[in-house]
Amino acid sequence: MNTYDIIFYLFSALTVISAAFVVTNRNIVHAAFYLLFTFFGVAGLYVLLAADFIAIVQLIVYVGGILILLIFGVMLTNKITNVEIRTDTINIVPAIIGIGLFAGALISAVVNASWKINPQEKVIPTTEILGTLLIQEYLLIFELLGIILLIALIGAASIARK
Amino acid sequence: MTVGLIHFLVVSSLLFSFGLYAIITRKNAIMVLMGIELILNAANINFVAFSRFGNFGYSGHLIALFVIVLAAAEAAIALAIVLNIYKNLSTVNVDEIDNLRE
Repeated sequence: MNTYDIIFYLFSALTVISAAFVVTNRNIVHAAFYLLFTFFGVAGLYVLLAADFIAIVQLIVYVGGILILLIFGVMLTNKITNVEIRTDTINIVPAIIGIGLFAGALISAVVNASWKINPQEKVIPTTEILGTLLIQEYLLIFELLGIILLIALIGAASIARK
Repeated sequence: MTVGLIHFLVVSSLLFSFGLYAIITRKNAIMVLMGIELILNAANINFVAFSRFGNFGYSGHLIALFVIVLAAAEAAIALAIVLNIYKNLSTVNVDEIDNLRE
C-alpha cells in the first residue's frame, strides 16, 4: 500500500461518509455543511485522477457557488427565527431496501466487468490542453454553454423577482 | 490490490446511490436538489476516471467541465422556482405541492 492508495482511501472515505451524513441528517443546514466535505472529497479524487483543472473548478464552482446558493435557499425558505431547521423523511424502509439492492447490483456489475484498462503513462498539467481543446474541437459547445448560462441568469432573475 | 479504475467507480456508485436515496426520501425541495448534486458529482467522477484509465484523451475532462456548468445553471433556476413556490404556497415540501395554481 503506497502513499497514493492511502490518500485515495482517505478522500473516498471523506466523500462517502459525508454523503451518508448529507442524506440522513435531519437538519438541513447541517446537511448543507456535510455537502461541503463531500465536494472537497470529490475534488481530492479529481486530483488523484490527474485532473488538476477540474479539481480547481470543482472547488470554485461547487463550494463557492452552488453550495452558497443552496444555503441561501435554505435560509430564504425557512423561518430563520426557528433554531431548528428540520425536514421530514418519507418512504425510508422501501427506499433503503430498493437503494441497497440497486447499489449492490451496480457495484457488483462494476467489479465484475472486464474493463480494458490502458492508463496514461505520464501525468502532465491539463490546463493548457483543455484550453486548446475548448477553442478548437469544442468551440461550438463552449459558445452554446455561454448562451445557456446567460439564459439561466436572466431566467432565474426574472422568475425570482416576480 | 492497488487503486485502479474499479475503486473510483465503486466510490461513484456509492455517491449515486446516496443521491438517489436523498431524492426518494427527502420532503424538502432543497434536499432533493442536494441529492441531484450528489448524482452529478458521481457522473463527473466516472467521466474523469474513464478519461484517466481509458486513454481517451481529454474529452472526459471537458464533459465533466460542461456538467459542472450545467449544474450551476440548474441550481440557479431550481432555487428561483423554489423561492417562488415558497412565496405562493408557504411550503417547500414536495409532497404537499399538488396544486398547479393557488
